[in-house]
Amino acid sequence: MLTDEYDDLRKSVESFAREVVAPVIGDFYERCEFPYEIVRRMGAMGLFGLPIPEEHGGMGGDYFALCLALEELGRVDSSVAITLEAGVSLGAMPLLRFGTDEQRARWLPGLAAGETLGAFGLTEPGGGSDVPGGMRTTADLDGGEWVINGSKAFITNSGTTITAFVAVAAITGRRADGRPEISTIIVPAGTPGFTVSKKYSKVGWSASDTRELSFTDCRVPAANLLGERGRGYAQFLQTLDEGRIAIAALSVGLAQGCVDESLRYVHERHAFGRAIGGYQAIQFKIADMEVRTHTARLAYYHAAERMLAGLPFKKQAAIAKLVASNAAMDNARDATQIFGGYGFMNEFPVGRFYRDAKILEIGEGTSEVQRMLIARELGLSGL
Amino acid sequence: MNIVVCVKQVPDTATERKLRSDDKTLDRDAADGVINELCEYAVEEALRLKEAHGGEVTVLTMGPDKATDTIRKALAMGADKAVHLVDPALHGSDALSTSYALAQTLKKIGFDLVILGSESTDARTGMLAAMLAERLGTPQLTLANKVEISGAGITVQRVTDYGFDKVEASLPAIVSVVEKINEPRYPSFKGIMAAKKKQVQTFGIADAEIDAAQVGVANAWSEVADFAVAPPRAAGTVVKDEGDGGVKTADYLASKKFI
Repeated sequence: MLTDEYDDLRKSVESFAREVVAPVIGDFYERCEFPYEIVRRMGAMGLFGLPIPEEHGGMGGDYFALCLALEELGRVDSSVAITLEAGVSLGAMPLLRFGTDEQRARWLPGLAAGETLGAFGLTEPGGGSDVPGGMRTTADLDGGEWVINGSKAFITNSGTTITAFVAVAAITGRRADGRPEISTIIVPAGTPGFTVSKKYSKVGWSASDTRELSFTDCRVPAANLLGERGRGYAQFLQTLDEGRIAIAALSVGLAQGCVDESLRYVHERHAFGRAIGGYQAIQFKIADMEVRTHTARLAYYHAAERMLAGLPFKKQAAIAKLVASNAAMDNARDATQIFGGYGFMNEFPVGRFYRDAKILEIGEGTSEVQRMLIARELGLSGL
Repeated sequence: MNIVVCVKQVPDTATERKLRSDDKTLDRDAADGVINELCEYAVEEALRLKEAHGGEVTVLTMGPDKATDTIRKALAMGADKAVHLVDPALHGSDALSTSYALAQTLKKIGFDLVILGSESTDARTGMLAAMLAERLGTPQLTLANKVEISGAGITVQRVTDYGFDKVEASLPAIVSVVEKINEPRYPSFKGIMAAKKKQVQTFGIADAEIDAAQVGVANAWSEVADFAVAPPRAAGTVVKDEGDGGVKTADYLASKKFI
């Protein structure tokens, strides 16, 4: 059960999502437009600073508080939820964890207030789950500066007018065993040689900002190295492990949103002389949707609980992400089916949920990668 | 400046609201209690005035034990402390006796400015600000959509049917606000955590020197004589246009005395 303060936070975000996001987000989605005013207000209520300590301008909460906020936003809309998720998990957390005092002082207060966004550039056009082997982007030290060359794909929050920087993972040399040495380097927005291409046209998450980035002899000071040289791969693995819990929370939100919308609709919609909620075919669908949502929520609560207790949580995070993204996809399909023809219309939220659900089985580790991690945790990798 | 905001817990308008069959008062157990929406605007205005002029914001609520949820919400928004007037003797008080009980409490805790929402979503009498001002002998500035403080003076824009009036008074004063006045903030996690440590003082009727013979359902000046569940909406009348649709529609409206 949630304690009072977590539950009060959940309710606060629930009201915000219902009153501020829900009435207007459909229009932003339709126009593929980033909702700056909503993001500003999310910042004003402290959502971007939830797991950031107060000394860095944050709320002094924890990662579970962030997950609760993501679930409540996700119930109404995934574009704003992923903007928050990426802004905190991928933008602020690596700086908080691995940044120098100077880097934190420079970037964290703005990020925690939601006034600026940070992005994390890992995936490349030619490589996804096969990092680091598939990585091509390089950074070489030259005269006290990093010179970056390469490109990054599908980078969230990287091209907004409030984007402050992109933390770029790049090959900075070869290790003794011949494998690439990966490091992370902070590239401020507007640095010469750093080009942000136009937004992708996406199937879903249409009101979020996703770009392809390219770097051509892009020079930044050597001091922009984030964390230790050669630790970039280990750093992002840690970032992704907790990010999976956050994506699970967002997925549970979408799954719950499908239940909310369907429950309302089956009272209103009549067929063959009665409300369709009276038919067992519909009731069983909604019961299944509720079951998936509930079990997925328990899975992410459990993973978050282990993480906050300092216990190993890699397997639990992978399970939560797998179960929750499946729940989101299945619920979106069922909710759309319940809505019938109206489910195929963009003016109803379920159509948006349907378009937004698929990416949850892909981003932050595909479902296949989650299964691989779970099998590995069960000791099945060396057979 | 010492600002007191009167807030009220009301049944959630999104749920089914009921009256009790025994004493015909609101059944507060039947629905979730939430902070009255206009009270959030009152809290927000108090916080903005404090941020601009300094001072302290105290939340005052009269209500049953579970009204602590509403107090916590106002504290999480940023109010400094709270007074909870709670006593079984107050159950069923009408607007007049509520104004008496709150006025007695306000005399105890002191104030430069009292801010209220202009009405609640449950009783909707909209009289409390005026009644409080009468009982406390202060100016009343009601239906404000803008409040300005300068020294010991206060100026508000009072919303009217024809636009607005500019009303000035000296402090201490009572102000009621409308929803156009501001955009209430959503409690942040830091605010929620801080609220746990803030002081909530509980007053019974003796603490506020409230005369039991002037409050409660038995001493109310207004009384709910009877109530019934709203009848289900009847089917509408369909006028079929066979060339005389306009005439038929007019006849229908005339039969209902609309025209």
